[in-house]
Amino acid sequence: MAEASLGGHAAAVETTTGLDHRKMVMWAFLGSECLFFGSLISTYLVYRNRSLTGPFPQDTFDIPYTSVSSFVLLMSSLTMVLALAAIQRGNVRGMRTWLVATGLLGSVFLGGQVYEFTTFIAHGLSLSRNLFGTTFFVLTGFHGAHVTVGVVILFSLFLNSLRGKLTRENSLVVELAGLYWHFVDVVWVVIFTVVYLLPY
Amino acid sequence: MASRVHLLRRRPLVWILLAGLLALLISGCGTGPQSALAPAGPVGMREAGLYNLIFWMAVVVFVLVEGLLLFTALRFRRRTSDGIPSQIHGNTRLEIVWTIIPVLILIVIAVPTITTIASASTIPQGPDVLKVTVIGHQWWWEFRYPDLGIVTADEMHIPVGTKVALTVESADVIHSFWVPRLAGKIQAIPRRQNEMWLQGDEIGEFYGQCYQLCGTSHANMRFRVFVQSKADFDAWVKDQQAVPAPPTDPEAAKGAQIFQSKACVGCHTIAGTNAKGTIGPNLTHFGSRTTIAGAMLEKTDANLAMWLHDPPGVKPGSIMPNLGLTDDEIKALVAYLDSLK
Amino acid sequence: MATAEHAATTHQPDRRRYEGIWSWIFTVDHKKIGVMYGVTAVCFFLIGGIEALLIRSQLMFPNGKVVSPDQFNELFTMHGTTMIFLALMPLSVAFFNIVVPLQIGARDVAFPRLNAFSYWVYLFGGLLLNASYLFGGAPNAGWFGYANLTEVPYNHSSYGIDFWILGLQILGVSSMAGAFNFLVTIINARAPGMTFMRMPLFTWMTLVTSFLLILAFPVITVALVELMFDRLFATNFFNPAAGAEPILWQHLFWLFGHPEVYILILPAMGIISDVLPTFARKPLFGYPVVAYSGVAIAFMSWGVWAHHMFSAGLGPVANAVFSVTTMLIAVPTGIKIFNWIGTLWGGSINFKTPLLFALGFIAMFTIGGLSGVMLASPPADWLENDTYFVVAHIHYVLFGGTIFGLFAGIYYWFPKVTGRLLDERLGQIHFWLMLIGMNVTFAGMHVLGMEGMPRRIATYPPGMGWDTWNFIATIGAFTIAVGMLVFIYNFFASVRHGQVAGPDPWDGRTLEWSIPSPPPPYNFARIPIVRARDPFWVQKYGDAGHGHGRVVPMPVAGGAHDAEEARADEHGEGIHMPDPSYYPIVAALGLAVMLAGVILTNLILGNPPGTQPAWPPSWVAFVGLVVFLYGIYGWALEPVSGHSS
Repeated sequence: MAEASLGGHAAAVETTTGLDHRKMVMWAFLGSECLFFGSLISTYLVYRNRSLTGPFPQDTFDIPYTSVSSFVLLMSSLTMVLALAAIQRGNVRGMRTWLVATGLLGSVFLGGQVYEFTTFIAHGLSLSRNLFGTTFFVLTGFHGAHVTVGVVILFSLFLNSLRGKLTRENSLVVELAGLYWHFVDVVWVVIFTVVYLLPY
Repeated sequence: MASRVHLLRRRPLVWILLAGLLALLISGCGTGPQSALAPAGPVGMREAGLYNLIFWMAVVVFVLVEGLLLFTALRFRRRTSDGIPSQIHGNTRLEIVWTIIPVLILIVIAVPTITTIASASTIPQGPDVLKVTVIGHQWWWEFRYPDLGIVTADEMHIPVGTKVALTVESADVIHSFWVPRLAGKIQAIPRRQNEMWLQGDEIGEFYGQCYQLCGTSHANMRFRVFVQSKADFDAWVKDQQAVPAPPTDPEAAKGAQIFQSKACVGCHTIAGTNAKGTIGPNLTHFGSRTTIAGAMLEKTDANLAMWLHDPPGVKPGSIMPNLGLTDDEIKALVAYLDSLK
Repeated sequence: MATAEHAATTHQPDRRRYEGIWSWIFTVDHKKIGVMYGVTAVCFFLIGGIEALLIRSQLMFPNGKVVSPDQFNELFTMHGTTMIFLALMPLSVAFFNIVVPLQIGARDVAFPRLNAFSYWVYLFGGLLLNASYLFGGAPNAGWFGYANLTEVPYNHSSYGIDFWILGLQILGVSSMAGAFNFLVTIINARAPGMTFMRMPLFTWMTLVTSFLLILAFPVITVALVELMFDRLFATNFFNPAAGAEPILWQHLFWLFGHPEVYILILPAMGIISDVLPTFARKPLFGYPVVAYSGVAIAFMSWGVWAHHMFSAGLGPVANAVFSVTTMLIAVPTGIKIFNWIGTLWGGSINFKTPLLFALGFIAMFTIGGLSGVMLASPPADWLENDTYFVVAHIHYVLFGGTIFGLFAGIYYWFPKVTGRLLDERLGQIHFWLMLIGMNVTFAGMHVLGMEGMPRRIATYPPGMGWDTWNFIATIGAFTIAVGMLVFIYNFFASVRHGQVAGPDPWDGRTLEWSIPSPPPPYNFARIPIVRARDPFWVQKYGDAGHGHGRVVPMPVAGGAHDAEEARADEHGEGIHMPDPSYYPIVAALGLAVMLAGVILTNLILGNPPGTQPAWPPSWVAFVGLVVFLYGIYGWALEPVSGHSS
C-alpha cells in the first residue's frame, strides 16, 4: 500500500490498539476542545444576566433567524457524512460533490453569523459595550473561527482530490475532517441552547 | 561514602542537631509584631490553635517518615557480599494499612477545620457588634464606621473585648487584609463585599498590611489596629466625629491656606473645609494618627516633611504626585496637619 | 508532482540527510529533540536562578536597595514563569522524549514532526517572553497574573503583560502538541506484549501527565484570551466597572493551575519510581498502587482548585468542600511515599548520585507534602496564604521534589544519551550542596511566613522579626548556585571525558538499557517482544521471583515487528526512519510571529501600551500567517519517507 502524502507513515505501521495514530490524536484534540469551549461557555454563564447596561439578549436576538442558520449548519454535518460515505466506497466524484456542499453550507452559516453580528452592532451591541457583548461575541466569534478553519480544511481536501491525492485507501483524512466538523457542529448546538434559547 | 555512614552511625549527635535545628526554627515563632502565632483575640486563637494541632501532627509524621527513610537507606545499603535481593512486589495488607491511617489522621484534622470555618464565617450581628468597612486602595487602607459616621485611614481603632464585623472591599485592584495577631486574612476584591469578624482581647497596637500583590508599592501598604479600653475608644470616637476648628496657630493657619489653594483639595477631604476629594485618604483628624503614607512611616515631622517633599520618591508609584512644594510651604503644612487632632 | 506510488519507488536514502547544526534544526528524531529540550531547559533554569539570586540579594537585608520595587515585581514574575514553563516542564518533556520511546520499545514517537514543532514553538515562546526585558519591561503581576491588576488601567507602563500573554499562549501550544504526541505514542505504539501494567512507571506518569496537559491548558488558554481581549479590544471580562468579577480569573487560572502542579510533579515521581528499583535491585513495591495512585491524583486534581482561593471569601460551604477534597488528595500522594520506602526495604542499595537525588526527593517532598496538608485547612490557611509559608511549601515540592527528581533523571539517563557517565564524585558534591543549600534557603521561610512576612514584597522594614531568616535564606540561595556551577562543570567535562558507560551501566531493569549508549537512530534493531514487567531484568536474570508470566500471542512472522524489520539485519541496516523536515520549524516560526504580530500590535506600531483597540493587527501578523500556512501545508503534503511496507 502506498504511503499517503497527506499523512504517510503512521498509516502503514501497526498500532497497539489497531486505531490509526491520527484518529486517536483527533479524538484527543477534540477532548481538549471540549475544555476550551467549556471554559468560554462557563464564562458566558457566569456573566449571564449581569450586564449593567443594555442592549440585553432579549432585545437583541432573532431566534427564528438563528434557528435557520443552525439548521443550515446541522445539514452540513449530513453532507459531511455523505462525503465520507462516498469516498469509503471509492466514489471520488461523489465525495467532491458532498465536500463542496458541506463547505458551502458552512459558508452560508458563517455569512449568516456575519450578517447577524453586523445587525447587533448596528443596534449598539459591541465587544466592549457590556458583559453580554463581550461574552457573546468572543464565544460565538471563536466558534465561527473554528468553522472557518473547517471550511478551509474542506476546501483544501477538495483541491487535493482534484490532484488525485484522495482515494479510498487514504480516506482517513476525510474521516478526521468529518470528526472535526461534527464536533464544531455539536458545539454550536450547545451554544445555541445556552446562549439563545435559555429564557432571560 | 564511608564518612557519611560514620556520621549517621553517631546517630544521637545527628538527632540532637536536627532537634536543635527544629528548636531554632520554632523559637522564632510568636515574637514578631505581625506574627500569626501570638494571637490576641478569640478568632486568632482558634485559628492558631488549629494551626498548632496540624503542625505538631505533621512533626510526628515527619519524624516517623524521615526516620523510616533514613533507617531503610542505611540498613539496606549495598554490601559487596550481596546477591540479588528477594524480588518482592508488594503487600496488600500494608497498602490497606497505610491508606487507612492517613485517612484517619486527616479526619482528625478535618473535623476541627470545619467547625472553625463555621465559627469564623458566622458574622456576629446585633447592637453590640461594631461594624467597620475596610476599603483597600493602591496603596493605603481606608476605614469607615458607618454607624458612627467616621472615615479615617491607616489605622483602625476598636474597643477591647468587642466583636467587630468587617466588610472588606476594594476601590481598585485585589488586595488582602490581614492583621495577623487578631484573625485570618481575607481578600479585598472590587465589586465584592467580603465579610469577616474579629475581636481584640488585649489592649495594644497590632500591625497589619496588604498580602495580595497589588502593584508597585504593595510592600508599603500597611496599617495599624488599636485595641483600646472602652473609655479610650469612646473618646477616640468623639474626637473623630468632631469637626476640627480652624487652626489658631499662625503657622498652621498658613498651612491651611496653602492646603486650600493647592491641588490637595482635589484628592483629600478635611471636614469643615472646602477639601472634599475622595481619591486619597481622609485627613480630617490626621493629627491624631501615629503613622503616615499607608502606615509606611511613623508620623514624625521629619517624615511628614520628607513625604510632602516628594511622595513618589518615598513611595514608588504613589498616586500623590510631587507638587513642587517649597520648604516653607512644607513647614506650614506640617504644622497645619499636626493641628488636625 | 509525483504520486504516492511514484515516491515509493524513487527512494533516495541520502536525499534528506543533513550535517552539523542543520541535522539538529531539521531533526525529527526524538532523542535529538529531547536533548535540545534538555539543554534549552537548563539554560532557562539558570536564567530563572539568576532572577532568584537577585530577589534574594534584594531581600538579604531590610530596606534593600539592590533593585527598585517595579524591577522586583518583574523579577519574581519572571522567576516563577520561567521556572515553571521554561525550565521544569520542558525538562520533563526532555525525558518524555528521550526515554519513553525507548522504554516502550518504539522507534520514535507517533508524530515525529509534531515533536520537532513542539520544541521550536517552546524555544520561540521562551525567547519572546524574555524579550520583554529588552522592550520596556518584563511582566510584573506575578506568574499567576491576577486580574484586575493586569488590566490596562492598572498596568500600562510597559508591554510586559502583553509579552506574558503571548509567551504563555505560545508555550501552551507547545505543551499541548507534545502531550498529544505522547498520549498517542504510549497508548498506540508500544512493543508487542507491553501491556499497560508492564510499562515502566515513568512511562505511566508520562501518560497521566499528558492527559492532564491536554485538558488543563485549554482553560488557561481561555483565561489568557479573555485577558488579552480586555487589554487589546476593551472587552469587559475582568472589568468591575462593567459588572465583571475579577475573581473569575482566579477560578479559571486555578482550574488550570492545580492540575498544572501535578503536571510538574508526576514526571519526577515517575523518574524516581524507576530509579529506586534500579539502585535497590528490587522491583517497585506496589507497582499497581503507585500507577493507579497517579491516575487517582490526576482525577482528583480537578476538584481542589479553590484551595488556592481560601482567602478570597468564597464562603464556608465552598471552603469546607475544597478543604476535604484537598485533604483527600494527600492520601494517594502519601501512599506513593510508603511504596517508595517499601521498594528500598530489603533491597541492596547502591548510593550513586541518581539514588541520592531520589532519596532527597522523598525526604524533601515529604516536608512539602506535610506543609501542603497544613495549607489544606482553611482556618490555618488564612494564617499561611500569601506569606512565605507558601513560598516554603512550593519550593519544597518543586525544588526538593521536581528538581531533585529531574536531576536524578539527568544522572541516570545521561549515560544512555551520551555514552558516558557523569563524574560520580562531582555528582555527590552537587547533591549535597543542593540539599543543604535548599534547606538553608527554604526551611526558615516557614517561620518567616508564620511571623507574617507577605509574599512578593520588594522590601521589609527592620524590627519585624524577619531579618535573620531572610539573611540565612540568601546564603542558602548562593549555596544552591555553587552546586549548579559544579553540575555545569561536570556536564561539560563528562560529555567529553566521562567514563565510557556501555549499554547498561546501572544494571537496569527496563528496555532502554538493552540497547547501545547512545542508541542508534532506529533505537531497536528488532522490536522486542515483552513478556513481563521489568523486561530487561527478566531477560538478564530470568524470572527471579516475578512469577507473573502470561502467554502473549506472537506475531506470525516469527518475531519481526514488520516486514521491513524482517529484511533488516541485526545492525538495523535497511530500517528507515522518518526523514528530517524543515516544515516544523517553519510552522513554529510562523505561529510565533503571527501571535506576536497580533498581541504586540501596540509595541510594533509604536503605540503606548494599553492603546485600544489594538486593531487591525500589525503587518507582522500577516507575515506570520503566511509563513505559518506555508509550514502547515508543506507539512501536510510532504511525504514522510521513501519507505513503503
